[in-house]
Amino acid sequence: MREKWVACLPLLLLLVLLCACDDSKKGSTTLHLGPGKPAYGDAMVVGSIGEPSTLIPLLASDSASLDVAGLVYNGLVRYDKDLKLEGELAKSWDVSPDGLTITFHLRHGVKWHDGQEFTSHDVLYTYHVTIDPKTPTAYADAFKQVQKAEAPDPYTFRITYAKPFAPALDSWGMSILPSHLLEGKDITKSELARRPVGTGPYIFKEWIAGQKITLAENPDYYEGRSHIGRYIYRIIPDNSTMFMELKAGGVDMMGISPVQYQRQTDTSEYKKRFNKYRYPASAFTYLGYNLRHPLFSDRRVRQAITSAINKDEIVQGVLLGMGQVAHGPYKPGTWAYNNHIKDFDYNPDRARNLLAEAGWREKNSDGILVKNGKPFQFTILTNQGNDQRLKTAVIIQHRLKAIGIDVRIRVIEWASFLTQFIDKGNFEAVMLGWTISPDPDLFDIWHSSKTGPKELNFIGYKNPEVDSLLVEGRTTFDMGKRRRCYFRLQEILAEDQPYTFLYVPDALPVVSARFRGIMPAPAGIMYNFIKWYVPKEEQMY
Amino acid sequence: MAQYLLKRLIMMVPLIFGITLITFVVVHLAPGEPVQMQIAMNPKVTAEARERMRRFYGLDKPLPVQYVIWVKKIAMLDFGRSFAPDNRPVVDKIRERIPITLSLNIISLILEFGLAIPIGILAAIRRDTLFDKGMTVFVFIGFAVPTFWLALICMYLFGVRLGWLPISGLHSLGSESFTLIHWVQDMLKHLILPVSVAAFGSLAGLSRYMRSTMLDVIRQDYITTARAKGLPERVVILRHALRNALLPVITLLGLSVPGLIGGSVIFETIFAIPGMGQLFYNGVMARDYPLVMGILVIGAGLTLVGNLLADLGYALADPRIRHGQG
Repeated sequence: MREKWVACLPLLLLLVLLCACDDSKKGSTTLHLGPGKPAYGDAMVVGSIGEPSTLIPLLASDSASLDVAGLVYNGLVRYDKDLKLEGELAKSWDVSPDGLTITFHLRHGVKWHDGQEFTSHDVLYTYHVTIDPKTPTAYADAFKQVQKAEAPDPYTFRITYAKPFAPALDSWGMSILPSHLLEGKDITKSELARRPVGTGPYIFKEWIAGQKITLAENPDYYEGRSHIGRYIYRIIPDNSTMFMELKAGGVDMMGISPVQYQRQTDTSEYKKRFNKYRYPASAFTYLGYNLRHPLFSDRRVRQAITSAINKDEIVQGVLLGMGQVAHGPYKPGTWAYNNHIKDFDYNPDRARNLLAEAGWREKNSDGILVKNGKPFQFTILTNQGNDQRLKTAVIIQHRLKAIGIDVRIRVIEWASFLTQFIDKGNFEAVMLGWTISPDPDLFDIWHSSKTGPKELNFIGYKNPEVDSLLVEGRTTFDMGKRRRCYFRLQEILAEDQPYTFLYVPDALPVVSARFRGIMPAPAGIMYNFIKWYVPKEEQMY
Repeated sequence: MAQYLLKRLIMMVPLIFGITLITFVVVHLAPGEPVQMQIAMNPKVTAEARERMRRFYGLDKPLPVQYVIWVKKIAMLDFGRSFAPDNRPVVDKIRERIPITLSLNIISLILEFGLAIPIGILAAIRRDTLFDKGMTVFVFIGFAVPTFWLALICMYLFGVRLGWLPISGLHSLGSESFTLIHWVQDMLKHLILPVSVAAFGSLAGLSRYMRSTMLDVIRQDYITTARAKGLPERVVILRHALRNALLPVITLLGLSVPGLIGGSVIFETIFAIPGMGQLFYNGVMARDYPLVMGILVIGAGLTLVGNLLADLGYALADPRIRHGQG
């Protein structure tokens, strides 16, 4: 008899596991909603897929490093909730009438976490170490435009450019490093990479490799003490695991996917315990054409392809509606974004007509368009590991088939993708994305001088009007003038369709409901983190 | 004996050279390079900045020169600094992860052998009973179920729904202020899920192997003799049969020793365990040459040492090997 029971064991186990999958009612303590009273204390645990590489932001280019370093350091300027520049360590700044000299007036009485006072000497040091050829940094180029940098007194910092350079202001958002800890030392071997010392709202406490980083609030922060006592950055490389940790209370904040937002966080219990936020991410996805390829040198063909693609369907199908259609390279709602551009909306008939105009009239037995005996066929390349891009490519493949274009899809590992295809110009069309920086300068991506190997205008777009607009836009500080340049740029790109701009996804952060004071804005939710609080009676840690 | 040892040691020198050469070539054959992986498609980076970073890492020198520089350092046991932006010594990075991977693997191995051996023995002596068949199904479920799926289901059941066990990581938040006993308890709790899921997945091979060697032994004449002597069945099985049946299993144990420092990427990723698997995987993805080559060389070195020890063991036991005949 005992043996029989043992034989059933595997089945029983399987049954238990299957039961674990469905129905998810579980009692949980009800939380007090309503704003509560602001209080100091508690901790926030943020989940992250990646581990920071170094906490010297000058040497880092990964988002995990910049997330953590952003709370420890300050720049001279920063972007406010509406993505406009405002002073941070600099109280204010003046631009000389000729646009060549910028003078920053620094805050008085700001202290480094070790008690030393912050002065213009730190800014000067940060500038010098950034342009030092021995420093392996990705951020030297904006600073190289500087002709002269000087610190006339401890609270003034002045830089002079050879020609007016509007993105310069943005580049001074770079984290300022403590000169008294770094000067005369090799920055690449500095222990600040693992134990940073900054001026920011949080002081570095501890880093357990591969597990977590702990920061504690800075009681002397010049903007006022942050309410949340500790910020814990937990490294959980798997998204499903992190999502379960969120449910179990081991993580207070994470970014979720559209499926998780729409389907897995809809229970009443979930809504009681968490707040979901949604705002456009600073990124867009596009289909880029190799303009050196004979298929795509004709503008009508590109316009036809855009007309044949139903962008709304992609937003619905791939993002489950958690995003919006993109018409150009800027983020909707920001000052450079042109609301009135005429994009090619979904219209297969227009697509067919445009293709006919371009000489694609006959079809072969498979229903594929043929010109001079050659079928209209091309390959969309995309990188491995991005499921959304692959799904988008499949939807496009289906839509283009309907108007007689045969599309193949190839997914390639990132390193080979860059070396074998992008750098060599060896592609027909690519499905990729760009992040949208708050400064609208796009010189490196669209200027005709940037079409060389390993440069970013890899589709080979050349348009003299765009070239002059890009130059004009980056050499004036006049917002009105800049806006006019970038509005016109968007019109031209919409007409030329060198890319088919596809969508701007939404950022979907989830935060435990015990955190109050979160106010979503164009800049996201983190901009006022030091004002977030947990009412005393709900504090967990 | 000393002569044999010397011969073996001398033979290891070209082998180590071969290992470094192959390691270097394979790593550099992969497309892309570290600088590119860090900054590709970043509009703020110009060609000049890229060159500057390449120079910093010494990637602008011809490959043979890079190889010589690297081997020279290795010869002095200097594995260099990582090409990741933190630029830390490779040895430090490995050192902080090896204890985790090693202890986790040893615990899983003990659990695996501790379960698989009794399962195999019982299945062999009760051959073709329901127990035998049930266990076969059981271990093969473990073998067939994808571990990542089982891991997620167990995390959901025990971590989210029942709340008995922590879901991921090695320590609870605030564990630094625990007392030692509490701290160890906390860590053991964190280890239950990953260790049992790992062991469950690998029961099949070992228990089936144990079962078949046991079956072979039981059919031998000396077992019949032992039974004929009137020894109790327990003694027959545990003292006479088991010892002989265990020998091949112990060889298997020896073979799994080099694997102890290798971690499983999928496993470590799901349970958020900072072990060697993740370190290596991320190193490969970022084309962090010194790190990848360092791990490979250390792994190969340990395998060589393991083999040497095993061979020495055989040589001690078997004079034919010692004298180089037969």
